[in-house]
Amino acid sequence: MTGSSGAMATPARGFLRDLRRLTLFTVKRLAALFLTVLVGVYLTILIANMGGQVDELRMVQIQSTVAEQVRADPAFFDLSPQERNALIERRVQLDVERLRLDQPFIVRSVDYLQQAIRLDLGRAEHMHSDRGAREVYWIIVERLPATLLLFGTANLLVFFASVFIALGLSRRYGSALDRSVIALAPSSAAPGWFYGIFLILIFAFLIPILPAGGMVDVPPPEGTLAYAASLLRHMLLPVAAMFLSTIFISIYSWRTFFLIHSSEDYVEMARAKGLPSRMIERRYVLRPTLSPIITSFALMLIGLWSGAIILEQVFNWPGLGTLLFQAIGHRDTPVIIGTVVIFAYLLAVTVFLLDILYALLDPRVRVGTG
Amino acid sequence: MRPLLDGLRRLGQYPSALVGLAIIFALVGTAVFTVVTIPYGQALELWRGGEPWRMHPVNARPVWVDRIAGNNSPRTVVVSSRDALIEEESFVGGSRMQIPLEFDFGYADFPSELNLFLTSTHVEREPFVRLTWETPDGREFILGGRRLAREERVSISQDWELERRLGRVPHVGLFAEPGDDRLPQVLDGRYRLTLDVISFEEDARVDADLVVYGRVHGLAGTDHQRRDLMVALLWGIPVALAFGLLAAVGTTVTTLVIAAAGVWYGGWVDAVIQRLTEVNIILPMLPILVMVGTLYSTSIWVMLGVVIALGIFSAGIKMYRAMLLPIRESPYIEAAKAYGAGNARIILRYMIPRILPVLIPTFVTLIPSFVFLEASLALLGLGDPVLPTWGKVMNDAQTQSALYHGFYYWVLSPAALLMLTGLGFAMLGFALDRVFNPRLRTM
Repeated sequence: MTGSSGAMATPARGFLRDLRRLTLFTVKRLAALFLTVLVGVYLTILIANMGGQVDELRMVQIQSTVAEQVRADPAFFDLSPQERNALIERRVQLDVERLRLDQPFIVRSVDYLQQAIRLDLGRAEHMHSDRGAREVYWIIVERLPATLLLFGTANLLVFFASVFIALGLSRRYGSALDRSVIALAPSSAAPGWFYGIFLILIFAFLIPILPAGGMVDVPPPEGTLAYAASLLRHMLLPVAAMFLSTIFISIYSWRTFFLIHSSEDYVEMARAKGLPSRMIERRYVLRPTLSPIITSFALMLIGLWSGAIILEQVFNWPGLGTLLFQAIGHRDTPVIIGTVVIFAYLLAVTVFLLDILYALLDPRVRVGTG
Repeated sequence: MRPLLDGLRRLGQYPSALVGLAIIFALVGTAVFTVVTIPYGQALELWRGGEPWRMHPVNARPVWVDRIAGNNSPRTVVVSSRDALIEEESFVGGSRMQIPLEFDFGYADFPSELNLFLTSTHVEREPFVRLTWETPDGREFILGGRRLAREERVSISQDWELERRLGRVPHVGLFAEPGDDRLPQVLDGRYRLTLDVISFEEDARVDADLVVYGRVHGLAGTDHQRRDLMVALLWGIPVALAFGLLAAVGTTVTTLVIAAAGVWYGGWVDAVIQRLTEVNIILPMLPILVMVGTLYSTSIWVMLGVVIALGIFSAGIKMYRAMLLPIRESPYIEAAKAYGAGNARIILRYMIPRILPVLIPTFVTLIPSFVFLEASLALLGLGDPVLPTWGKVMNDAQTQSALYHGFYYWVLSPAALLMLTGLGFAMLGFALDRVFNPRLRTM
């Protein structure tokens, strides 16, 4: 805190110092997070291979497909059994070398790690993107916007709605509305997909007004406007499901939070001074609580990335979650690892943004005592 | 322990806590009842399907749903030859039997299926049986004759020749009022299936069970494999409770001990724990569970292990750390150190009990999230291969397009139980939160 009085004297220098500290902080956090991602991704690779069990599975698969191919090929019909076996063996060997299954797993895992970090996720073994690319990177990139669209929309909606409703409720603490919203909080024990099933049941089967799944109509409508309208119709139910499952619990926690903070002495003081309640809310309640608000927003994001898989599956939404599920069905290891890596990256980016926001909001980081 | 007991006493003031507790007690009671009446082995055996369920209808609604909707759909009727008046006359080297299987049918809808199960005790020569169907108004239909193996199943509903003759599926045609109505009406009254058996051995005995499958069954209905959903709904309770409780205990206790150890030892131990937590936050839990489920095993206990392993270094460590840091500096810890208490004693006996009250609400609200996690995995098709659980019922329903076919009960009953469990624990948890969180109480 020694430098703060000097900073007050010359704001420009203070700003520069803040910037320098912020940059330093950012670089430090980036380095730490990079290490974290490194370890996380490596663990993922280890789990995905679990001591080479998957490799054995793939070996068996290679052997059977190669044997099948050679037996079915008329060009090899007049080979003697020995020659044919030799041919099969040679081809298996080629495939093993192509997939580098002949090297010990530890060597390969470091290689996988290196590639994963560079986002060079390799080629899928069975799957391909809708445009026909075999690169895992493209398969994932194609699905990413769908996930981001759905979950971005739902999260922003829940976040802003809950903060504003909670502020309103904390003002009317103890009213009938307040009590009924709080009584609904336990309903958030169920995840989004659970509400999704009910919404599908009601709005797609009992009163068929909305589509039960998918992202746009089949075939996709011509024209941007019609496309957007169709997209919106398909998004309505999954977003509603996520909204329903999280809104009451987040209102509840925000309301408690605001209540605690609006009973602080400095807020009472502001009230005693006769400041308008809007101003009290903005300056005395919201401002000091901003960093916890943002933390919880980011933590919610982190939680929802995982929830994505099942919600997408239930609504047949062509995003990352559905992709992971399909990849698992095909036992396509590169795609599985790729998806998990991307999930890890998304989480890391969330954590990083959270840190930066923290630094911007928390004066302690700027003055270097944090 | 005093604040704990005080808090529990204060809990009585919250109606939601009492409702939550009532739900939880009801669930635990039902779970105990289930485990006692349907032992584990028997439950697995039943849920495997097949033979035990052959006399149950396929996809039958629960009876009460049907009656509330104002319908009078048929229940399953089983007519056994053991209750029938058998006329028997023997001849040299064999006997002739007439077995009339009679039953009253007075429902508003047709049965869903018609099967005849026959057993015979012959040794070498197969007996011969001829089937005649007689309606209340006296019409007769010959259902053909056949030789009997030791166990025979006559699927009358799948008799194509009969269907062609009747112009309708047999289980409708045999029960319909005469005429070519497009919407056939059920003919009320007493039906009779007569079995004329000729056996070629002196003491060969033939038994028959005619099953007129209904469209409703029991309190829970049946699924596509004729299994009574009640088995899964009931057995889902102990499974869900055990999974939720074990996972919640496993994750909170380990997390708490590790957080306390980190705070107490400080230095590199703390640093390592903190870094591991950061790595763990980045590891996506559900994708990893899905990965483990597809690549290794979907056994519920493996899943439980993975959940706990991933939960050890969860984000909760940061929260516990913040709560434990001031405690480490408090005078009573100082005193404990002074009289020579060991590290383990200070951590387990002095630090952890101090934050337990704050933890209880979190712990209780954690349970339903694990219950739903298990259901989520099952819904993805990664449910335990042998255990009947709610999630697996919903998964079956989804793969069989239950909603599309209108079998709403199939989805709604496990969903309602899941919701009930979630609500019970959540209501208790929220009330506990208010009791043990003093800052909330003073307002």
